[in-house]
Amino acid sequence: MIDPVALFLLLLSASTPILFAALGELVVERAGVLNLGVEGMMIVGALSGFAAAYHTGNPFLGFAAAAGAGALVALPFAILTQFLMSNQVASGLALTLFGLGLAALFGKPVEGVKAPAMISGPLGLNWIVWLGLLMVPAIWWFLNRSRAGLILRGVGENHDAAHALGYNVRRVRIAAIAFGGAMAGVGGAFISIATVLQWTEGMTAGAGWIALAIVVFSNWTAPGVLAGAWLFGGVTVLQLRLQAAGVRVPVQLLSMAPYLATIIVLVAISARQKLSRRAGGTAPGSLGQDFHALR
Amino acid sequence: MTDAAVFRARGIGKSYPGVRANDDVSFAVDPGEIHALLGENGAGKSTLVKMIYGLVRPDDGQMELNGQPHQPADPRAARAAGVAMVFQHFSLFDALTVAENIALGMENPPPRRDLSAKIAQVSQDFGLPLNPARRVATLSAGERQRVEIIRCILQNPRLLIMDEPTSVLTPQEAELLFATLRKLADGGTAILYISHKLEEIRTHCDRATILRGGRVVDSCDPRAHSARALAAMMVGGEMRPIDRSGRQAGEVLLQVKRLSQPAPTAEGTALKGVTLTLRAGEILGIGGVAGNGQDELLTALSGEIRSAPGTILLEGADLSRLGPEARRSAGLLAAPEDRLGHAAVPDFSLTDNTLLTAGARKGLVCKGLIDRPAARAYAEAIIRAFDVRTPGPGTAAKALSGGNLQKFVIGREVMQAPRVLVVNQPTWGVDAGAAAAVRQSLLDLARKGTGVIVISQDLDELLELSDRFCALNEGRLSDPLPTEGLTLDQIGLMLGGAHGMEVAHL
Ligand SMILES: Nc1ncnc2c1ncn2[C@@H]1O[C@H](COP(=O)(O)OP(=O)(O)OP(=O)(O)O)[C@@H](O)[C@H]1O
Ligand SMILES: [Mg+2]
Repeated sequence: MIDPVALFLLLLSASTPILFAALGELVVERAGVLNLGVEGMMIVGALSGFAAAYHTGNPFLGFAAAAGAGALVALPFAILTQFLMSNQVASGLALTLFGLGLAALFGKPVEGVKAPAMISGPLGLNWIVWLGLLMVPAIWWFLNRSRAGLILRGVGENHDAAHALGYNVRRVRIAAIAFGGAMAGVGGAFISIATVLQWTEGMTAGAGWIALAIVVFSNWTAPGVLAGAWLFGGVTVLQLRLQAAGVRVPVQLLSMAPYLATIIVLVAISARQKLSRRAGGTAPGSLGQDFHALR
Repeated sequence: MTDAAVFRARGIGKSYPGVRANDDVSFAVDPGEIHALLGENGAGKSTLVKMIYGLVRPDDGQMELNGQPHQPADPRAARAAGVAMVFQHFSLFDALTVAENIALGMENPPPRRDLSAKIAQVSQDFGLPLNPARRVATLSAGERQRVEIIRCILQNPRLLIMDEPTSVLTPQEAELLFATLRKLADGGTAILYISHKLEEIRTHCDRATILRGGRVVDSCDPRAHSARALAAMMVGGEMRPIDRSGRQAGEVLLQVKRLSQPAPTAEGTALKGVTLTLRAGEILGIGGVAGNGQDELLTALSGEIRSAPGTILLEGADLSRLGPEARRSAGLLAAPEDRLGHAAVPDFSLTDNTLLTAGARKGLVCKGLIDRPAARAYAEAIIRAFDVRTPGPGTAAKALSGGNLQKFVIGREVMQAPRVLVVNQPTWGVDAGAAAAVRQSLLDLARKGTGVIVISQDLDELLELSDRFCALNEGRLSDPLPTEGLTLDQIGLMLGGAHGMEVAHL
């Protein structure tokens, strides 16, 4: 009835937006910054990517624009938290609200138009899906094998020590925040350019929050992020299939399923982690803390 | 060569808001020399070495390294010029492995495999065993320090700076450290060494420069002077001998009965049937090598971790299930060892820090509102009584020098006139003069009828202060012995596991 291979290919597509956003946030949090603005950066990416793709007729330019726009809206957050020492949680929430409002305002002109078609890559999958899959080992390698990744982890683990050793904590963190914004932007643009094929207000529908949850669920590792994204993508695809098959379950419940499944798994894993925290927690040591350099 | 010095400072000065931390400091360090930097808490030692390491920029004066002008813009520039440093507060990354920590402290680390081989090589050459793959969080204080030292050695420094490296080490670990330093010095490295342990400086250092109030006041050969004489140079006057008189053991205040508790963290120690009795006016010393349950015992007594009912009694009342605030109200106070983060909030002002433990007992909080003037007055009172060197009560806790903050957190508890006070490492990183003052304050407190428990790794301190002594070993507390007449041999036995001395209550 349901072909598992086809289903898996659909899953890959469905998990891509969250995969990008969560990988970006993973790098941000590994640098010790908690950016709750993922949803806002995604929606800004969704709009600017869509508009750029529509006006140029080239979807790839759309994704590039989305990355740029995502990084750009993350900059105020970076300035607020890194220079003005604003609270990261509040600034992140503000970024989400700001992004949602901004996209709603500037999205009016492109409402109802259709996105240009994309050329598919191997297996009939969008090239961006492949890029997302490639980012997983790339980010894993960056964090665990490269010198720059080591410095980034050091900054996130103990910013005072990193400063004492002469690393520029702010610069590392600002770069990480910008990267996280770019990744969230691409993730958002995937929804508008490649999935829905048009722009509607609030179309990211909480994907940013799921991405945030998945980073915790992943225990701050790239393969874990992939697993989390696939879980969410898998349940999404499955419930769409069930809806299409006319299963006699209220649609609202089915639509809720991916979020619910992610939250349940998250709670279960966190409960286990709380026990295993005795064996040394894995959250970056300086996560969410302000850094003041004493000179 | 006319000027053989590795490092030379000329007229260095540095001001912080309200403090002249360094003023016209000039001195030189020769190759192969272990050069001690002495001074009271807040004398400006850390500030001076931070300037050499490029963390702080001097306001005036010049520095020279190997005859070249030395003006590092940041620590990486200083490292490139041949300066390495071990910090007063550890600068390690807990979640990272030993090899990763070392790589972060090097300018151009070799690839992983080579680095691990090099670490193995150096740890063998210097007799500092260390596994490069272990996570730093699982290491003891001594092992952590090995990481920092190997990180320095691998850079072949010309000048190695060590800021109070032994304050958290056991005597054996300290001996090992000096053997390592001597080897390095024999290889031509100049070593700048900061410590408050005068005896250790007298036995191991070749020269000493003494700072007071940010200025160089003297320079001498420490081997030619007694510890008392060195201390006198530091404070600029004679030290008062400790006064132990006038105390009498009164009624039983605190009883701990068969207190057992699993280890709170993977690296922690479980408490196993700890039993003790403390009388009014008595000082009970608890010795032992770090990591044998000292922190756990303190948190169990302070109420941070609650224990089984009936295990902790204060004047007959069961406190076992009460939290820290309730225990404070009952008169049981505690001052933990880790001053930055546990005893004090680094970013809070001293005034705000008084509120953390003294809110209720000192009436600083009234109907849920903070009485600011009262808190400020209390902070000022502590600063005055304990001679805390700081511009004022509005200063952030982390801007104080290590020893001064220590005086402040001890003072905050002592001045609340508790029924029972538990302190862990009360004079960690505190200069000789101030350490004597802190100890005297504990004795004075006991004279007024408070029961005091002193947990410390400093045996001399315990012998000087306590009436009875017991040893903490792998979470077990030995039976107390009167301190008078106790020999170092006996103590060594008790610390080493004290078979036959601990079976009694099990
Ligand atoms: N970042 C800072 N801001 C303001 N004042 C500071 C700062 N760092 C140090 N000070 C002040 O400068 C003086 C010298 O401090 P420093 O840390 O050099 O002392 P120290 O000799 O190392 O003392 P200790 O033995 O206690 O470590 C102190 O009065 C301290 O309060
Ligand atoms: Mg110091």
